[in-house]
Amino acid sequence: MHAVLRAIFEPGFFTSSLVALAVAVGTLVAIVAGVIGVFTVLRGQSFAGEALGDIGAAGGSSAYLAGIPALWGFVGVAVAAAGVMELIGIQRARGRDLATGVVLGAGFGLAALFLYLGTTYDNTTGATVTILFGSIFALNSSILPLLALLGAIALGTIVVLYRPLLLSSVSSELAAARGLPVRLIGAAYLFAMAVAVALSAVTIGAILSTALLVGPAATALQLTRRPGHAIVAAALIGIAAMWLGVLLAYDSYYWPPLRHGWPVSFFVVTLILIAYIISRTVGARRAVR
Amino acid sequence: MFSGFMVNAWIVATIVAVVGAAVGFFVVLRGSAFVAHAVPNGSFAGAAGASLIGINTIIGLGIFSLGGALGIGLLGRRGRHDVATALTLVFMLGLGALFLSFSVEYAPEIFSLLFGEVLGISSNELAPTVGLAAACMIALALLYRPLLLSSVLPEGGQARGLSPFRIEICFLVVVALATTMTVPVVGTALIFSVMIGPPAAARAFTVRPYVAIGLSVAIALVVVWSGIALSYQTNWPVGFFVGVMSASAYALGRTWAFLRRRGAR
Repeated sequence: MHAVLRAIFEPGFFTSSLVALAVAVGTLVAIVAGVIGVFTVLRGQSFAGEALGDIGAAGGSSAYLAGIPALWGFVGVAVAAAGVMELIGIQRARGRDLATGVVLGAGFGLAALFLYLGTTYDNTTGATVTILFGSIFALNSSILPLLALLGAIALGTIVVLYRPLLLSSVSSELAAARGLPVRLIGAAYLFAMAVAVALSAVTIGAILSTALLVGPAATALQLTRRPGHAIVAAALIGIAAMWLGVLLAYDSYYWPPLRHGWPVSFFVVTLILIAYIISRTVGARRAVR
Repeated sequence: MFSGFMVNAWIVATIVAVVGAAVGFFVVLRGSAFVAHAVPNGSFAGAAGASLIGINTIIGLGIFSLGGALGIGLLGRRGRHDVATALTLVFMLGLGALFLSFSVEYAPEIFSLLFGEVLGISSNELAPTVGLAAACMIALALLYRPLLLSSVLPEGGQARGLSPFRIEICFLVVVALATTMTVPVVGTALIFSVMIGPPAAARAFTVRPYVAIGLSVAIALVVVWSGIALSYQTNWPVGFFVGVMSASAYALGRTWAFLRRRGAR
């Protein structure tokens, strides 16, 4: 029994402070992304989430250039990009993807420039990979309170707006008929999503951040139709993927081919995709019955 | 700027602009901007994997862009298309992250895969690029009418016996082919800018499909050519210029449409 446990949890897993921090950050981010992601999936805004993450890379890299913590850059630019998308008409279903795509193109272009300048003026070459693909084991523990604060703001927005947001996500016509400020609600939601994506980008990387936002939520919505249940399930699935991902990444230090550890982001993303595919088959079976 | 090693870049860039804009016209028409972003971006993993095992990048790009396109098509058949696209994309990028961690590639090479590099085109990539471009254009010519019909009037297409799923898969394969050939110049992250910006701008000026395709090719040529010239001068990544100029073209188109609507009143 002991030997099996030792094989699963390689020595030092529970005593490493890096692992503890990664698990703490991962849990926090998984909860925020899972809760907000349910609405992203309901509203069909996966592309906006993906775009905010990618554009956030411009922020992460410019923060890197300026020598401030990448988190600030991610949050600042993602929120600003959400504002631009809102202005040029993301709230209308028609042409929405186009507007998102164009903003994404410009944002990604800027990211390219900042990353290029970052690697030219400063000889550390890891910035591209760190910002785009994340490195949860390289986080500084001083970032935790800030992450918690931002997560609380994003979740607070959702809690305050819960019922009107849910109604306008399911049917914006009905919400408008009830006299709800649909556009304002959409803008507030976009803001919360930008913060969630930024948090996610810090942990699993800018271009993978959608995984935590969309994956657990889509899986949860396959399993249950009730929004409340789906929110809890999404958070739990996200946490499970995160914990298992950290564990596997830690263990992988002893795996071939290089013995220097596989990336956490890879495990998290793969686990989320597997969960989604399983939930799809379960959902399909249930539909047949 | 036009000497020896740059000739390849100019040839490939021209092909990229023409094919990218032509495919992009349908991307915009069908509203599949997300797919056009996901397929090239995800194919980055293929390039990283190819450099890991030491084969031609184009093979890796081809396998991953086709795999990604088919994955999106199959996963998105039932359920939410955007979720399927997002998850396929992040899974491919996750694989890319894994391949990167195995490889001993230097950061500049990774960077040029993502964001493009004018000097990155070798002569042995020229022939496959031309071949793929020809395949793409032929496929587009064959699919032109059914694609146009099912994009504008999905029900009309179905009534004529066109399966929306089959059309979608064909279209995704064309996007994948276009991706494979266009990546080396502009990079995986920004090729979709060429596919979206110029056609979206062109559609603000005209509603006739042939004129719109021609115009979007023209805009794309301007964007890509000046992107390469500026990148050559400043040494900044091509992707930056292409991304920003595509967005500017779209902004111009939107302004034009807005002014014309106001003038009509």
